[in-house]
Amino acid sequence: MTGTGVDHPLVGRGNTDGARLFREWFDALNVAAETGRASAYVFVMGSFAELLGAFDFPLVFPEINSLQTAVRRVAHEYLDQAEDYGYSPDICGYVKADVATQLRGGEHPMGRIPKPALAVYTNACNTYIKWAEIWERMYKIPTFVLDIPGTRTAGGQTWPGNGHFENDRRYVAGQLQELIALCEQVSGVAFDIDRLRENLAHANAMSVGWKRVLDLNAARPSVFNALSDGTIYLGVANGFRGTRAGADYFRALVEEMEYKSANGIGTLTDEQYRLIFVGVPCYPIFRRFNELFTEWGGTFVNSTYLWFASGGSNLGFEYDLADPIASLAEGVLIGVRDAMDSMFYQTGILSQMIDDYHADGVVYHPIKSCRTVSTGLADSRRALMEARDVASLFIESDMMDKRVVSEAQMKNRVDAFFEGLASRRLQTAAGPA
Amino acid sequence: MTTVVFPEWRDKPLDDILCACRELLEDTDYPTVRRWREAGGKVIGHFQVYFPEEIAHAAGALPFKVRGASVEPTQADSRFGSYLCSILKTSLELALSGRVPLEMFVTHPICDAARNLAAVWGRNFDYPCQILYLPQNATSAHAAAYLHGEYRRLTQSIEQVTGRTVDDEALRHSIGVFNDNRALLRDLYRLKSDAPWLVSADESYVLVAVGCLLPREEHNDMLRTALPLLAQRTAQRRDRVRVVLEGGFCEQPPLDLIRAIGRSCYVVDDDLLIGLRWLTDDVPLDGDPLYRLADAYLNRSSHSPVQHDARKPKAEMLLERMRRANAGAAIVMAAKMCEPGLEEQVVHTRALDERNLPYFVSEFEENMTSFDHLEIQLETFVENLLFE
Repeated sequence: MTGTGVDHPLVGRGNTDGARLFREWFDALNVAAETGRASAYVFVMGSFAELLGAFDFPLVFPEINSLQTAVRRVAHEYLDQAEDYGYSPDICGYVKADVATQLRGGEHPMGRIPKPALAVYTNACNTYIKWAEIWERMYKIPTFVLDIPGTRTAGGQTWPGNGHFENDRRYVAGQLQELIALCEQVSGVAFDIDRLRENLAHANAMSVGWKRVLDLNAARPSVFNALSDGTIYLGVANGFRGTRAGADYFRALVEEMEYKSANGIGTLTDEQYRLIFVGVPCYPIFRRFNELFTEWGGTFVNSTYLWFASGGSNLGFEYDLADPIASLAEGVLIGVRDAMDSMFYQTGILSQMIDDYHADGVVYHPIKSCRTVSTGLADSRRALMEARDVASLFIESDMMDKRVVSEAQMKNRVDAFFEGLASRRLQTAAGPA
Repeated sequence: MTTVVFPEWRDKPLDDILCACRELLEDTDYPTVRRWREAGGKVIGHFQVYFPEEIAHAAGALPFKVRGASVEPTQADSRFGSYLCSILKTSLELALSGRVPLEMFVTHPICDAARNLAAVWGRNFDYPCQILYLPQNATSAHAAAYLHGEYRRLTQSIEQVTGRTVDDEALRHSIGVFNDNRALLRDLYRLKSDAPWLVSADESYVLVAVGCLLPREEHNDMLRTALPLLAQRTAQRRDRVRVVLEGGFCEQPPLDLIRAIGRSCYVVDDDLLIGLRWLTDDVPLDGDPLYRLADAYLNRSSHSPVQHDARKPKAEMLLERMRRANAGAAIVMAAKMCEPGLEEQVVHTRALDERNLPYFVSEFEENMTSFDHLEIQLETFVENLLFE
């Protein structure tokens, strides 16, 4: 390797490799569609990629397909088509973009999306359930909702050995056995526990790497922007979970981030303010949204999005390879539950993040499309503001629908937020009057 | 506890009973809950759609169905963002405003919005607030055993709140009370279907809905009195379209809207407050009562947009409801911003189109006060059917 500091070949590798992998993934889906190979449709909060990979299913993440239509600025065409079909403007934009994709025979800006042979999803988002019912009707395919009981009450998580946890685990493990039987039936591939074990090992490497990458962003300056760079890593974490390529990517990403941390190399932003992002990105103006903050020297050091949209793999949970099924049950129960916690019970999580990541402010971005994430954010903000003396910003828009994204209005709010942050800093420097 | 919280209907003629029910339902001071509390009773609030109220009843508490209200969400509004249904806000408002003090609140993951309520509620109140995870994988061979365990967990939580141990005998007694209630509601719905001219849509609704506010014994007494009186009515049968009304599983249409619909057609079946009628048969009184309740929830139950069950495909369930009630048309409603309801509208209208069955589609909000436009549209729809 040549170069030092920011010129070192390691710096920026995660973004370059991530973009390449992402393109290769969609290329593979395109080949699957062109060759008539049926796929498994899954979601980010509990994809069971480790298991489904053992049956050779190409995995399709409709959420990612949909957000790509927004990033590529064609979402409105898809939304219009679904609304013409009968879906209300008040229904999740991801669902509607997918409905239109299906009505177009899989036509998508990244290539053609293969049809499903099976859909597997959790209850982490109720829209997953309603969404899969659409494919059930459209394609007459089997769908499998793997029910993951979440945390019942704030701070009430239970753990292995607790009777309530074991009741949940038995339920999840039982459903996994049923899912395996269904996968065998649909794919015609016999279940091979060693293949599952191999995939779990790759997932372990990825989870450990993901947690390490997130932890490294506590460095000052932060080594990646959780909103922009982080979304690339997240794409790999979902699309390549349980694969060698995914595990290798995260090993390499850890290497890059450790190098940056050790050498004090931050993001492209001259870091003035460290921010936490809560909600779902504004994909219709993805780059511009981020710029509204980086122009003021604000960088996102962490986000709840990187937690819940990775299905809880931020925890670094490692499967016990000696007991794959039981451990998979425990892992998805803990992981998906954690993903739900970071949406519903995030006040304590954010308070901890503020300390761990030395955050100056919290940016809440509830969106019209996703009630799972957005419903409780105003109250969560109220509770956090009561508990912590930290600046916050609350801006509503959408992850898909540019009709409810007002950039000018957003800019005004963001500018005022930073003026407040600057004033706060001056007051702190001046000390008590 | 033998407190009588709703004496207003007793020893009254039918019209006065209906009037008392209507007044109770529209009273946003919740006098029955207040009287229950004044007598030392505890109240377990549970959000729509279904809740095993028998468990709260067996613990001596009043199960209160949290289903929104005709109130202005002045305090609750700031706890929520935009793009949300009204029922979330007005439900929280009932608690924040002190209209309905609770000892415990339970919500369910029925939709993306409602599943947030335990967390929102928990940040605002000191009493226990939790999610009851009813199974969404209803056909799993493991669902009943899981739900049995979940009901045990819920029972322990309720016991801590009420200070009363819930044993099998108490549960069986409560199941018996609720079996009676469901049987009476089935009788009411049978009357609606067989002789809809004897009970209008809004009359039927108020008779059912006060059950959300009363100890079931009192609701049973009232229904036992009112049902024979309804059957004895001498109302004239009219030439009206028989319709099934869908879309009232969670947020409730305003009573005036239901009345307006009833003026135009015979509502011979509906899904209004379906949670009260979720269990479609008597729950057996033998065996483990919690297991019996769990099994009934999964295997002898109705349907709604918010429960996934491969055995209950949504469009077919509506068509079946129409067939059973001999309905010639459907009114397919959805509460504003209610994703499950709005998604179901697509399913239902497409299925009805395929079978060339007439339907009327609309959205509503619990606090809407003007129905003129909607009523004219509905009358036009009905006239088209009658003069086709």
